[in-house]
Amino acid sequence: MMLADGIWHQIFAFDNYGELLALVRNSLIAGAALGLVGGLAGVFVTMRDLPFAVHGISELSFAGASAALLMGVNIVAGSIVGSLLAAGAIGVLGARARDRNSVIGILMPFGLGLGVLFLALYKGRAANKFGLLTGQIVAVDTPEMTWLLGTSALVLVVLTLIWRPLSFASADPDVAEARGVPVRALSFVFMLLLGLTVALSVQVVGALLVLTLIVTPAAAAARVTASPILLPVLSVVFAVASIEGGILLALGSSVPISPYVTTISFAIYVGCRLVGRYRTRRWGSRGVVPQPA
Amino acid sequence: MAPVPQARRSQDGTSGDTAPLLSLRGAAVSYGQRLVWQGLDLDLRPGEFLAVLGPNGSGKSSLVRALLGRQPLSAGTLTVLGRAAHKGGRHIGYVPQQAALSAQAMVRARDLVRFGMDGHRFGPWRRTEAVRRRVDDVLASVGASAYADVPVGMLSGGERQRVRIGQALATDPRILLCDEPLLSLDLNHQRAITELVDARRRSHGTGVVFVTHEINPVLGMADRVLYLARGGHRIGTPDEVLSSQSLSQLYGTQVDVVRVRGRVVVVGAPDEVAAPPHHPGHETTGTTGSHTSDGVRP
Repeated sequence: MMLADGIWHQIFAFDNYGELLALVRNSLIAGAALGLVGGLAGVFVTMRDLPFAVHGISELSFAGASAALLMGVNIVAGSIVGSLLAAGAIGVLGARARDRNSVIGILMPFGLGLGVLFLALYKGRAANKFGLLTGQIVAVDTPEMTWLLGTSALVLVVLTLIWRPLSFASADPDVAEARGVPVRALSFVFMLLLGLTVALSVQVVGALLVLTLIVTPAAAAARVTASPILLPVLSVVFAVASIEGGILLALGSSVPISPYVTTISFAIYVGCRLVGRYRTRRWGSRGVVPQPA
Repeated sequence: MAPVPQARRSQDGTSGDTAPLLSLRGAAVSYGQRLVWQGLDLDLRPGEFLAVLGPNGSGKSSLVRALLGRQPLSAGTLTVLGRAAHKGGRHIGYVPQQAALSAQAMVRARDLVRFGMDGHRFGPWRRTEAVRRRVDDVLASVGASAYADVPVGMLSGGERQRVRIGQALATDPRILLCDEPLLSLDLNHQRAITELVDARRRSHGTGVVFVTHEINPVLGMADRVLYLARGGHRIGTPDEVLSSQSLSQLYGTQVDVVRVRGRVVVVGAPDEVAAPPHHPGHETTGTTGSHTSDGVRP
């Protein structure tokens, strides 16, 4: 009983909550920006079937961040450089789905290996190392905030400008190309935006768990709606709820933030699947067997 | 849907109803050493229904790609509405071969049609009432209103093709280019889809290029047939092209064309026209019967 209480207290602790809250104000703001960008990018990740690419990019982003940590330069910048290199490589080498997966499969262990090397050479605080993989909440200082918000704003603006043709190209590439949509260029631009988004997510949830912010919310939203407006809105709401909820729960405890974020995100997904069953039944009653996607 | 305004026709550099929509002169396509087809001379007139037939690998897809401006000709010229073929023309409505879309569950029928209208425009989303009404009109015109809000992935093959045709017609195109739109549809749906296309060309004078490897569903509608095989081709009325003599010449072997109860049956053609349809979503481009003697395939 004592032991169970001890573990419980490690996971959920709300002593001196008000003071702690002030400490993570930056993280809450960064989390909101991240939820917004991640939720929107996730819509296209799901449409274009890119979850594996997200994971691959995050490993190289991790390598970039750990290199920056070792060299004592801005970690967000390092993370962004790693991400963009990976996203660019995947965009150039993996235009077709089959090639893409092998390119990612080759890049990913290489990135992770580099990251481990840099961390092994780094002599600073161990918490910094661990944080890059599993996330941290008090790590966001003011210069990093500027990077985070600036990059989020950039992704947001570009995404808004290309939203419609990117949706067309993602959902229906053949006809989009016939209508003169620059399908390949858009695909490459989106990979770069995805790289930036991943680099941001690594700062908060860590490299291993980026999928929970960029894929799960959009996949959950897609279970309950196919509306081109409601889908991104729900995806953003789910992403923001997961990350802010995760930060608030993780605050007083000694456990990293990521299990809270992933659990909330997963619970939302399960809930959406249950709701989605009603929706399938409604349309299924037209006597049509849904085709596997 | 509103009829095509006469004013727009003259803007396209064509005059009146008799100028060809499409014009191929001495056209050829080759991939490296392999010549797919050559010496193709063809005009598509307004309201004309051209069926494009041929076995796998005979260059039907290359023709589609060329018309869409995605495949450069290795010889000859191709003009679409008086201009060289180019990508992005709103005057060609394109119904692609059925393929599994990874985003099927995330796009509704009405979204697919809307993409056909303004999906290529950059900039923030402008959801105007006029566009929404137009989408509704298009869906109604192809009989797809009942499932306008259903994700495309949950539609049956026939329903999806109706939506596809709606998407292709969304811009009031002068030419409708359909690439194997009848694949994996049952007879009722085949008839429904072909009648939809037929009605459109009669009411709007839309020229139709209909690629198919099953002639019978469009036999009553096709004004002309372009039959591609073995690097050669035949163009003419269905009766001219679909004869034992014409196809035997084309294939260089004895081919019998038999007419039974209003249907055309081609016997003896290598990888013949009546080959069983592919299943969509699989890349079964190389499916060949055991009797196939030519291995032509890009």
